[in-house]
Amino acid sequence: MAVYGFRRGVTGRIVLRVDDVEKGLLTMLLQQLIEFVAPDGELSDDPLAQLVGIDPDAETPQDPALARLFPDAYRDDPEAAGEFRRFTERSLRETKVANATTALATLQRSGEKVTLTPDEAVSWLGALTDLRLALGSRLGITEESLDELAALPDDDPRAATYHVYDWLTFLQESLVQSVMP
Amino acid sequence: MTTAPTELERPAVDDDVLVDRPWITIVWNDPVNLMSYVTYVFMTYFKYPKEKAERLMSQVHHEGRAVVSNGTREEMERDVTAMHSYGLWATLAKDD
Repeated sequence: MAVYGFRRGVTGRIVLRVDDVEKGLLTMLLQQLIEFVAPDGELSDDPLAQLVGIDPDAETPQDPALARLFPDAYRDDPEAAGEFRRFTERSLRETKVANATTALATLQRSGEKVTLTPDEAVSWLGALTDLRLALGSRLGITEESLDELAALPDDDPRAATYHVYDWLTFLQESLVQSVMP
Repeated sequence: MTTAPTELERPAVDDDVLVDRPWITIVWNDPVNLMSYVTYVFMTYFKYPKEKAERLMSQVHHEGRAVVSNGTREEMERDVTAMHSYGLWATLAKDD
């Protein structure tokens, strides 16, 4: 894959340069991310809960990737963590969906150079982070396993996922450098 | 101008009377988030100067965690929510 990534253009706008293959891959990944983090089901029938976005059924996710995207806010207090989650998880899920949706929409623009508004660049930062967290969790990435993953033979089923992860890492680093104040 | 009395009996105050003992937001190390990104988040959200943001990032990276803010419980819940929306792993706790 060609490596262009994000750059700050002469006008100060952030530009993402991607070819059609990369656009297709990013589109697929962002669609999967939206499906993965979207709140499931309708809120309860309680109109007050609906109004303020409380999800009375929210619990610490069993899936490690979801648990990483929606961590407990209290480490040693399951009761407080549960309460916090019921009040905040739904809107956090909506924020993540909104970031990925914004990023997805920018990819619909034609051409290899996608110019982003500052807000769109921030949405991209969030979406790339969430994608890397989810893939990183699936790959079982630790500080120690990175070298091992990088050296996987191509026929290892994890190799393809790791290459995507590595590419997203490159993209995110280029974006952070572009937006750094 | 005046000066304070040199000796004063310390008023007996129950700890619970003190307004909201400070709570803290802790950011934990994770193997995925980029050092540059964590620095960016500390600069952007907390408005910390680059030196402080980098010091805190480095502390997270090398010591496994760092206290990044303190305040009332409500303020820390807001900070933790913000950190989670940025994808950082954060918790809040009472600063004992």
